[in-house]
Amino acid sequence: MTRARDDLGLGRALGERMLPLVVAAMSFLAALALAGSVGAAALAQRWQEGAASVLTVQVPHPATPAGDQPGQTRVERVLAILRGTPGIAGARPLSEAELAELLRPWLGSGAGRLALPLPAVVEVHLSGAGPDIAALGPRLEAAAPGATPESHGVWVRRLSALARSLEACAWVALALVAGIAAAMIAIATRSGLAVRRDAIEIVHGLGATDGIIAGRFAARATRMTASGASLGALAALPVLLVLADLAAPFAAVGAQPANPGLWFTALPLPLWIALAGLPLVAALIGWGTTQVTVRRWLRQLP
Amino acid sequence: MIRLDAVGLHYVQGAGPGPEVLRDLTFVIPEGGFRWLLGPSGAGKSSLLRLLHLAVLPTSGRLSLLDVDVGATGRHNLALLRRRIGMVFQDFRLLPHLTAFDNVALPLRLAGQPEAQVRAHVTEMLHWVQLGRKLEARPAQLSGGEQQRVAVARAVVGRPHILLADEPTGNLDEVQSERLMLLFKEMNRLGTTVIVATHNEALVQRHPGQSLRLEHGRLVDHD
Repeated sequence: MTRARDDLGLGRALGERMLPLVVAAMSFLAALALAGSVGAAALAQRWQEGAASVLTVQVPHPATPAGDQPGQTRVERVLAILRGTPGIAGARPLSEAELAELLRPWLGSGAGRLALPLPAVVEVHLSGAGPDIAALGPRLEAAAPGATPESHGVWVRRLSALARSLEACAWVALALVAGIAAAMIAIATRSGLAVRRDAIEIVHGLGATDGIIAGRFAARATRMTASGASLGALAALPVLLVLADLAAPFAAVGAQPANPGLWFTALPLPLWIALAGLPLVAALIGWGTTQVTVRRWLRQLP
Repeated sequence: MIRLDAVGLHYVQGAGPGPEVLRDLTFVIPEGGFRWLLGPSGAGKSSLLRLLHLAVLPTSGRLSLLDVDVGATGRHNLALLRRRIGMVFQDFRLLPHLTAFDNVALPLRLAGQPEAQVRAHVTEMLHWVQLGRKLEARPAQLSGGEQQRVAVARAVVGRPHILLADEPTGNLDEVQSERLMLLFKEMNRLGTTVIVATHNEALVQRHPGQSLRLEHGRLVDHD
């Protein structure tokens, strides 16, 4: 049984008591960056999966006979053209109820009762690289003047690029936070070494190996960084929950509705795992940085 | 066995080498030998002890301790070699935040000895130096003589192969000094190589033995 010993008087250094607080602040920032990264990644994925493969075509005056095939209505003709185009997996006209639901925010629930000439809206599911929109346009125009294919792909690509950039920024922020934390730990360790120079020389003279001395410092740094990071992650939690609550209306479109009773489902699982991992990663940074710093410093002793 | 072959030492001063404190030292002390280390202040006695304790390494020549060529040995093995060398410093060099007990226990704990054994050895050692009732005292609560005895206890508790002492009786009265010399002689009889640096001529006369005499960093007499 080995009781942790404080041969080097590490517990008495006032300056290093700041370290857990600094690490807590770093960990708080890291938690925010992680949330940004996880959130941006989820949004990018959702946009790509949901909207990238969808194209809508508006057909004004859908019941009017088609321009190029008078035997068919315009909407029937548009559907036939779309279904015969390579790169299109399927085309389906939205029902009146779906249309009313889409328009409700603008026209209110009585949209159907208004005597407005509503266009038909065809939802097109793409396959592979999708159709040649430039060639499709004139054919649709000939069949149903005013029919415009509206590709979400361009917007989705832009939004995805934005989300990916945000994700990359979050990772850069995380790397910076980790680097700054390591630098702070190294500085604190070096000042701790300078203060205890006499004690280290004595212990070194009694036959302590570099491993023993570095191990004492590293064990203490590991404890301090782990506790500091736990504190920071805990402090970030309410902030993240509020952010998740604010983001819920955007994230929940088309997804399962958030259950307000279960607060732990408010954050995605990867974020929970990342938050729990923060103290571990911080401890690892603390341990590694201290080991390297102390061993390098000890080189000045024979 | 301690073997020095044309050993020189100069401390680093700024960017370049400082003045040479030890020059061209060549001598051998066989295993189980006893030597007084004599010479005026500033002759290099403390530097030679630091060298033999591996607190500094020779800047020239070859030093071999306990059959280990110091210049050809890695850091880890130097640390292990230090555990076989006990040193009593002139300024004691006790750790101020540790009790007398923990100071003396340090070499044993660093060597990884079981705690029960540590407790037994340290308690016995501190009783022997008549500090059995001050186990929990910190150095600041002890007199100079008591601190010196703690330093001696720490140096010998690990049964070192080499024992180095720098003015070990400087803060002791005659009775305590005699007790200390008896301890050193007993350890020497049991096989420890002992080197004692001192100015105390009376002590040397009461305990005649071979001596190394230094002057200006050179060995002037080795009998």
